[in-house]
Amino acid sequence: MAKKLMKGAEAMGEAAIQAGCRLFFGYPITPQNEIPEYMSARLPQVGGTFVQAESEVAASNMIYGAAGAGERVLTSSSSPGISLMMEGLSYIAGSELPVVVINIMRAGPGLGGILPAQGDYFQATKGGGHGDYRCLVLAPWSVQEAADLVQDAFDLADYYRNPVLILGDGLIGQMMEPVEFKADRRPCKPLAPKTWASTGWKGDRPRAIINSLFLDPEALERHNQKLAAKYAAMERDEKRVAEVGTDGQYEVLVVAYGTVARVVYTALDDLRQAGVRAAMVRPVSLFPFPYEAVRRAAEKAKAVLVAELSTGQMIEDVRLAVEGRVPVHFIGRQGGMLLTPEDIAARVRELAAGEGSHA
Amino acid sequence: MPETLVFGKPTALTEVPTHYCPGCTHGVIHRLVAEVLDELDLTRRTVGIAPVGCSVLAYNYFATDFHEASHGRAPAVATGIKRARPDLIVFSYQGDGDLASIGLSEVLHCANRGEKVTVIFVNNAIYGMTGGQMAPTTMPGQVATTCPLGRDVEQAGYPIRIAELISTLRTPAFVARASVHSPLHAVHAKEMIRRAFRCQKEGRCFSLVEVLSTCPTNWGIPPAESLTWLEQHMLPYYPLGVFKTPEGPDRAPLPLFGGA
Amino acid sequence: MAQHDVVIAGFGGQGVLLVGKMLAYAGMRENKEVSWFPSYGPEMRGGTCNCTVVISDRPVGSPVVQHPSAIIVLNLPSLDKFEPLLRSGGLLCVNTSLIHRQPRRDDVRVVAVPANDIAIELHNPRGANMVALGAYVGSTGAVSERVLEEVIQETFAGKPGLVEANLQAFRRGVAIGRGESTQEVTA
Ligand SMILES: Cc1ncc(C[n+]2csc(CCOP(=O)(O)OP(=O)(O)O)c2C)c(N)n1
Ligand code: SF4
Repeated sequence: MAKKLMKGAEAMGEAAIQAGCRLFFGYPITPQNEIPEYMSARLPQVGGTFVQAESEVAASNMIYGAAGAGERVLTSSSSPGISLMMEGLSYIAGSELPVVVINIMRAGPGLGGILPAQGDYFQATKGGGHGDYRCLVLAPWSVQEAADLVQDAFDLADYYRNPVLILGDGLIGQMMEPVEFKADRRPCKPLAPKTWASTGWKGDRPRAIINSLFLDPEALERHNQKLAAKYAAMERDEKRVAEVGTDGQYEVLVVAYGTVARVVYTALDDLRQAGVRAAMVRPVSLFPFPYEAVRRAAEKAKAVLVAELSTGQMIEDVRLAVEGRVPVHFIGRQGGMLLTPEDIAARVRELAAGEGSHA
Repeated sequence: MPETLVFGKPTALTEVPTHYCPGCTHGVIHRLVAEVLDELDLTRRTVGIAPVGCSVLAYNYFATDFHEASHGRAPAVATGIKRARPDLIVFSYQGDGDLASIGLSEVLHCANRGEKVTVIFVNNAIYGMTGGQMAPTTMPGQVATTCPLGRDVEQAGYPIRIAELISTLRTPAFVARASVHSPLHAVHAKEMIRRAFRCQKEGRCFSLVEVLSTCPTNWGIPPAESLTWLEQHMLPYYPLGVFKTPEGPDRAPLPLFGGA
Repeated sequence: MAQHDVVIAGFGGQGVLLVGKMLAYAGMRENKEVSWFPSYGPEMRGGTCNCTVVISDRPVGSPVVQHPSAIIVLNLPSLDKFEPLLRSGGLLCVNTSLIHRQPRRDDVRVVAVPANDIAIELHNPRGANMVALGAYVGSTGAVSERVLEEVIQETFAGKPGLVEANLQAFRRGVAIGRGESTQEVTA
């Protein structure tokens, strides 16, 4: 297929359709309304179904139902709505169902604002809902990558029988860039038939019970350990990371994800022209977090700078990765304010010159 | 000649200009509520609750204390305030996405418990703030951004009639529907709002007034024509009148202006 | 120049988002890296809107540009807002039909386009955005005029009357941008 200029939100919707998703349940919220709006127009064209749920709580339970029935299903929302979906997500993780959830983050807490932010990192990567579970979390930095990751997300969800979260922000949702959907795309994971799904019991397999209730504590512990083994496999096999300039010499390593990494990318360009040596590691999977890649790249630097649109969340994982070998500094904006290449370049210069180590 | 002030802004409204689009009737409804608060001498002991929707900034326009609630939860917040301070007059001001979709559970249970609070329910048949998605009150065939071919009742069901629905509850309440598409109707709407707040003032019951309202921006219809559109398309489906009073079990809609 | 970044701003309804998309689309057709980013948020209710288009030979970094190399402003609030942000030596395309104050910057290049007057003269009153776009393209060469004309043809393919009208509007703008035409209009 030829390249098309698409909004990030629409490209993600189209990616889901290309991945064979025919069901969307969701509730309007800015800045991601283009996803449900796109799906409401597009799904009927391919024989799919769009339902505007009465709330995000309902939407999260609708995807629980659809995934349990063995179908690929998508929902999307933005921060306050994602909070409401935590009920469904916890049950989905507990029942081991494959779903894809897109969070186009906006600034919080509470009603907050509608401009881009990255304040939901903890919620996305450290559980979010109740209980001991993890979601795979993927963070695109371009419209093309958003489309690619959404397609991969469906394969990963099916393979692990686990929710996959796409963590974007208002920039990624609203911007237009060229995208290409490859006609010959292959699944990124081997896919088995969904024999566990509730498709009507004819006696030829065990009855499908989609459930997260285990009243026997030993059984529940076994279930938790099984989930933990699955998360360990994800940590072993699903780490994704992109690096810029880490093969050369540099003084400062910048770590950023999503659209902030775009800003860092521009800053690195300006710095290179000014003769300041810096590199970037961009985690693409936030769970599992690419600890080793960050550590390896950090060891070559004099200082690490973490750039986020929050008051500092991913920085905790960067610190875990670096294990105190190199000082880790932070630069961030909040509330929908954006970091600029100038902000980042200035901070990198300070750190390269050995200043600014107070922070 | 000495000047006499014959018309002014209610003290329950601030001097802040509203952010509503030209021709939006949210502002009219604000004014009716404010006039009633003043006339019943309630302004100084009222706490309002703003929804999530175009009227999210209502706290800037009413000169009373206010809470902001999360989407749809205003009646639960109202319950908390009223139970904590029964001497206060508590009202929520909610749109149709907020009340009839995500917050349907909260308003039903608030009414069913007979919380002595007042709900002003603004039904404009669409989601305004988020840019024109379908609401539970969107008319059959009406185009919205999440039903680009018009509301299909096979998929989305029929519009919910909130006033009728709430009035089926056994718990005593005052429930009415009004409209503000003409001055005469606005006078009637004010009377309904007055009766609702009086019920609360007298400590009698839960009260809810559904007010039909326009959204020229997301309907894509110029303001003046929007008033006609409301009259032609919404009024036949959403009859005006009193649906329930604390005195009587009578659920039949009472006629709008005297007999009919 | 390896990268063109331009902010296009005006009232909602002046078609600034559309011409931004057309510009980005033309860049994509030339196999350049492009991004388009609209203003979104509470300010849209106030009636002004803008978008940022980046056209580059290399992958686009930030799609939001603090100090653009060009701005196209169709109304006064947009000039007030973006003039101070324009990069030194940058290009300021100003719609003199609706903006009656002089630009304050003296370190930028100014192209004065009476976009609405020209559009009205061409009996295409909604085509002011095309005139302004033409002035920008004519002045910067950010994309080729030929490719942009193709994009105009595709964009309005469903409404043949508009193709010719908008091509004319665009070409009048290009002439001004190139400095081939002064801004006098007969309307
Ligand atoms: C949990 C949550 N979900 C969704 C939203 C997004 N949202 C904001 S306002 C709104 C609905 C507005 O429509 P309505 O209640 O009809 O009020 P109107 O704007 O028409 O007055 C929605 C869905 C939100 N803020 N929080
Ligand atoms: S969007 Fe609709 S409901 Fe909201 S202020 Fe504008 S006209 Fe009123």
